[in-house]
Amino acid sequence: MQARFLSPAQTPVALPPLDSPQWQSPWRAFAWGLRSITQTILTIVLFVTYLGIGALAHDTHFSLVWALASTLFVWAGPAQIILITTLGSGATIVQSAIAVTVSAIRLFPMVVSVLPLMRTPTTKRRELIFAAHLTAVTLWVECHRFLPQVPRERRIAFVHGLGCGLVSVCLTSNTVGYFLAANLTQPLGAAILLLTPLSFLFSTARNSREVADVVALVLGILLYPLAAKMNSGLDILVSGIAAGTIAYGVHWWREVRA
Amino acid sequence: MNFAQLIGDWHALAVLFVAGVVPNQIWRMLGLWFGGGIDEGSELLVWVRAVATAILAGVIAQIVVEPPGALASVPDALRYGAVAAGLVVFLLTRRSIFAGVVAGEVFMLAGRWWLG
Repeated sequence: MQARFLSPAQTPVALPPLDSPQWQSPWRAFAWGLRSITQTILTIVLFVTYLGIGALAHDTHFSLVWALASTLFVWAGPAQIILITTLGSGATIVQSAIAVTVSAIRLFPMVVSVLPLMRTPTTKRRELIFAAHLTAVTLWVECHRFLPQVPRERRIAFVHGLGCGLVSVCLTSNTVGYFLAANLTQPLGAAILLLTPLSFLFSTARNSREVADVVALVLGILLYPLAAKMNSGLDILVSGIAAGTIAYGVHWWREVRA
Repeated sequence: MNFAQLIGDWHALAVLFVAGVVPNQIWRMLGLWFGGGIDEGSELLVWVRAVATAILAGVIAQIVVEPPGALASVPDALRYGAVAAGLVVFLLTRRSIFAGVVAGEVFMLAGRWWLG
């Protein structure tokens, strides 16, 4: 059951063999990481997602610099969407910060699981800070795919290259989306804004590995309109915690029964 | 667009830092600091991941139910129909994100064109 919902790309990756002299320079490793963004469909998904985020930022009256700074310093699509949507619909800073903090907790297990792949016995913690910053769902997925084919002592440089490549793609598509939203006719502007819910819905559905994830996704969508009727200002948190806890209950019940 | 419009107001950038950057970096740096000692499959993390997924699901619903900007010009039924059409194609294509997104967009644009 675990693996059924996961469909990672298991295609071979075009990287030099582990003992190749290509890996001797860290800069070369960085360049291979940078180049690897062309090896994954997730780059296109990110491009489309950040096109939508740029457009969303425009239509909720944030500046372009604000949108770019959020991509550069937050570097987590869901958190950026939650931030833009909650602030745009009049939530207070504290309410937005709580919703973003809860959504960002998932970065913790990602960082915990991805950094050991890059660590060598001599690696210092500060050498991993930038790699930790770059860790988000796409990088996390791709590290598990690419890193086995990268010599361990060059993995940090490779990840820096891969991460910088992905960030650059997203900054570009943010800018394009922002200006498209500003200049397109209404139907096309609406189409760009619709990219965000569609791409997040399907990428979350694809990443849903367990029944609990699927229940959380479906219930989270269905409960939101109910929570919104209460008009507490904390709609997203109310529906999120309720749906997430029910999903956990389903998971727990299945575990007990198994 | 002039320089000031490009930057927007400083207040919004400060809010970005407090409500966006700090809440994310805290978890990443905790992961960096306490690595090793946490079991990825622990029950607490299963609950946390379920709540995080449900919050994101709520935001997806919010954008569709209470749409911002130009999306508000699309009739309710057409927005819901577009998401449903995308979902059907996503499931039929063995979970292709790309096919699902394209199908949803085509449905909405075709609907707008058909409605005039």
